[in-house]
Amino acid sequence: MSGFGIELGILAVSAFLLLVITFWKRRSPSNLREIPALTRLYRMIGLSVEDGTRLHISLGHGGLLDARGGSALAGLAVLRNIAEKTSVSDRPPVATAGDPSLGLLTQDTLQAGYQAAGAGELYTPATGRVSGLSPFGFAAGAMHITQNENVSANIMIGHFGPEVALLTEASDRENVALIGASDNLTGQSVLYASSQDALIGEELFAAGAYIGAGASHAASLTVQDILRWVIIIGLLAGAFGKFAGVI
Amino acid sequence: MRVITAVIAIAAGVLILAGYYFSPLKDVQTLLLNWTLIFIGAAALVGVFNILFVHADKIRRREKGSVYSALLIMFLVATLIFGIIVGPEHITMKLVMDAIILPVEAALMGILTVTLLYAAVRLLRRRVNATSVFFLLTAALVVLGSATLPFGDIPVIGTVFRPWVTQVLALGGARGILIGVALGTLMTGLRVLFGADRPYGGN
Repeated sequence: MSGFGIELGILAVSAFLLLVITFWKRRSPSNLREIPALTRLYRMIGLSVEDGTRLHISLGHGGLLDARGGSALAGLAVLRNIAEKTSVSDRPPVATAGDPSLGLLTQDTLQAGYQAAGAGELYTPATGRVSGLSPFGFAAGAMHITQNENVSANIMIGHFGPEVALLTEASDRENVALIGASDNLTGQSVLYASSQDALIGEELFAAGAYIGAGASHAASLTVQDILRWVIIIGLLAGAFGKFAGVI
Repeated sequence: MRVITAVIAIAAGVLILAGYYFSPLKDVQTLLLNWTLIFIGAAALVGVFNILFVHADKIRRREKGSVYSALLIMFLVATLIFGIIVGPEHITMKLVMDAIILPVEAALMGILTVTLLYAAVRLLRRRVNATSVFFLLTAALVVLGSATLPFGDIPVIGTVFRPWVTQVLALGGARGILIGVALGTLMTGLRVLFGADRPYGGN
């Protein structure tokens, strides 16, 4: 079978599993294992509404035309849910992006969240911002929000490189809670060292399921688990086959 | 309207994806991607205006730090107008890039070094557990093993430990994490294609 055939097969199987498991999860919601950072995220959303502080959701500087788009889309799903839950707050959430196309989607997603909460008239376009167009420019612009806009929590979900250290440092200095996840290995290391509870690897993509973004998000986690086991078995079989001289 | 938006977005996504596997659809894929590039170019301009409006609003409300917003607007408008008049290849525009933007970003990179060191020290205050100790110890030994020293590599650390950690342990771990990220990306993409997630607005 050619490489393209295998890719298409994986895609078709994944799509089929996602559809079937989504319908199944709608009928019987599953229990998710506890991820401390995501439990804290859920709590922070409620707290920000109660104490009239602002959430700053940062989606990184991943463009939508390459592999980094996946983390940006995952961040947008989280933003959509947070916007819906906190739109009636005295201080609505602010979202920042470091890529112009992502910036447009940020505004659109925020507006959709407000409309879903029945508070469409409260939406202001200035809450969705492009804070800079280079990684460091983006970080410098986003730092400013942490320091000056009565932010109680920084939620960073998307593509971040080492420049995320500037944002974590600003959070720490202002005593602002921080939850961060990046698809970039350097960014992950920095976030691991700088945040209270770090999100590693694919936990970035689990955030939607944990804040109640819908059955499709919970189903994604199950499909990811199934595919992960298939890969593990494939790797072990490959290693054994090589060892035994079959491959 | 929302249904039409979703249908257009899903159809475009499916056609672009199908273009990778079915050669007759390659031209359609290229056409759609070219349109996307034009939209992204326009979005960059919108992004610049977004920066401008957000900071103008800060000045109007006399918010904390609005002096910086005023400076940003002043230099942004000046650079934009000057760039439009003389073009990006003009020596002054290159000077703006080489003598202002690049050094400032390099300075931020320099600050990052100190910030990361500080974050590493604070890690032990924030999370005192075996993983944190192991993380810091490994980082310190790898840095030590990679350092350019007048007497060459430190025996064992530079010649055995560092290569083993970076090329075996770290590489293996990184691949594991990247496989997880790839699976997450695949699922996110499929959710968008099915219309379960609609980052382009709508419920």
